[in-house]
Amino acid sequence: MNNLRAIYSIWLRDLIRYRRDKYRLISSLAQPALFLFVFGNGLARGLAIDIQRTGGGSESYVSFIFPGIIGMTLLFTSVFTAVSIVWDREFGFLKEVMVAPISRWSIAVGKALGGSTVALIQGVIVLLLAPFLGLQLSFLTLFALIPLMYLISISLTSMGIVIAVKMETMEGFQMVLNFLVMPIFVLSGAMFPLSNLPGWLHFLTRINPLSYGVDALRGLMLGPSVAEFSLGFDVAILSVFAVIMMFFAVFLFNRS
Amino acid sequence: MIEVRDIYKTYGDIEAVRGVDFTVHAGEIFGFLGPNGAGKTTMINILCTLIKPTSGFASLAGHNVVTDAEKVRSSIGIVFQDPSLDERLTAHENLEFHGMIYGVPKVDRRGRISNVLKMVELWDRRNDIVKTFSGGMKRRLEIARGLMHNPRVLFLDEPTLGLDPQTRNRIWEYIRDLRQRENITIFLTTHYMDEAENCDRIAIIDNGKIISLDTPAKLKSMVGGDVITLSTSDNKVAIEEIKKSHSIEALEQDSKIVLEVPDGEGFLAKLVHSISVSIDSISLRRPTLDDVFLKLTGRKMREETMGALDSFKAHVRRRR
Ligand SMILES: Nc1ncnc2c1ncn2[C@@H]1O[C@H](COP(=O)(O)OP(=O)(O)O)[C@@H](O)[C@H]1O
Ligand SMILES: [Mg+2]
Repeated sequence: MNNLRAIYSIWLRDLIRYRRDKYRLISSLAQPALFLFVFGNGLARGLAIDIQRTGGGSESYVSFIFPGIIGMTLLFTSVFTAVSIVWDREFGFLKEVMVAPISRWSIAVGKALGGSTVALIQGVIVLLLAPFLGLQLSFLTLFALIPLMYLISISLTSMGIVIAVKMETMEGFQMVLNFLVMPIFVLSGAMFPLSNLPGWLHFLTRINPLSYGVDALRGLMLGPSVAEFSLGFDVAILSVFAVIMMFFAVFLFNRS
Repeated sequence: MIEVRDIYKTYGDIEAVRGVDFTVHAGEIFGFLGPNGAGKTTMINILCTLIKPTSGFASLAGHNVVTDAEKVRSSIGIVFQDPSLDERLTAHENLEFHGMIYGVPKVDRRGRISNVLKMVELWDRRNDIVKTFSGGMKRRLEIARGLMHNPRVLFLDEPTLGLDPQTRNRIWEYIRDLRQRENITIFLTTHYMDEAENCDRIAIIDNGKIISLDTPAKLKSMVGGDVITLSTSDNKVAIEEIKKSHSIEALEQDSKIVLEVPDGEGFLAKLVHSISVSIDSISLRRPTLDDVFLKLTGRKMREETMGALDSFKAHVRRRR
């Protein structure tokens, strides 16, 4: 009971902080819009790129990267929110939570739920751009997108928590950004199809959880013929990854 | 309520706590008094389960602090030495969060929050973001938070550092009142002497060891009566003369001579006559815990306690 309330309060705190952060709200829209505009229009027109569907026909580049941009938003928001644990440690607030009469696992779970909810909200905001790109999404598709986005978010947030617990200082964050978050984004298929990559890069995309996330989003939004795997397969991989990361996050919190 | 047996804590080759033993009874106000780096915060962190001792045994309310950490945590409240608020939340939200994770029932939360906020005079600012608060206001809010869930044992690590005397007095009134009503046990560290006098018993700690433990009155009675402080044109000569005519060992501190005598008033005239060099100033006072520390260690406590590190910390706290 106490632990449930603790999970709820840690979740609520992340939401309150998010609501108060106007800057984050604006940049959450600005960055994806910029990417869509620059790459979707500039790059695609300049190089005349279209994406071939497996069953024949083609897809415009803008709509091809749109699910990728949503994946990017989920990735960055999840990791940033999770890594705020390092800030909490630096500003002493983590101590206040750590001496409370609650189980350590509930802190990790509360944080994972909080971060993923914030990421989901950001993702939904970006999703609202769909009509402007000429993308028609049925009500049923939207209905399926929300839980999928949440699943992606919770797996990435849990991964972020694992990193944050291991990270000693804020300086380490730059490292994480350069050597983990950016590669995850670039090698997720968000911006270009992952077929035709050399072997070792191909391998990296295969162990990248976001690849499956972007693939699933793409399949739902643009139709299964654009996706590499079936939705069921993507969801299964994401779920396994989420459970493993969640388990790790809880384990590390229990130990610290 | 608290049992501590032969606790050691080492960080690399720094021995922060070196074999500490004490017992705190239920309902007692127990104080740790000592200079910066003495190991006070380390001891508190061990008792509130934030760090594990290198060796030794400690229990709180019958629960072992290492093996039963979660049970210990449900019995305690703590006001940390360093800032620990969420600066992006309002004062009220910080307390609401605290109440929730400490399991204060919803019906009680409102009343408690308004009680403690009024006590620290932050009721008018309850809906302001903590970031906009001054250092003193943040400190008051932290104290309000620590008191809010009526713990069985309350830890206060330098609770009133940097606060003005009126606020300190009001906080002490609340603590004493709380103790009377709820019979809570209070463990605090401080280097304000007058604050230490509020304690039922005090452990004087230096270099990770308890060098004396008793009631404030008994500790002060260790100092031989009254304290006379004087400065002269030549302290060396004066100390020699005092030793010769009265067989009293006087100490020199900050270019002042300090000596203890059983009956200060009666002794003053005799003292003045026995010194040949000219006297610039002379004063007589009752002994304080400062004098006890001086007597036990040969060092003064105050100059160390507000040392570089502390004033830096106070500065950081003010800045945030
Ligand atoms: N995390 C730490 N790592 C290394 N040394 C520490 C750590 N925490 C405290 N110390 C050292 O332990 C000693 C006691 O510190 P502390 O308990 O904070 O003293 P106090 O609270 O009495 O000022 C100091 O010498 C301090 O430098
Ligand atoms: Mg300290």
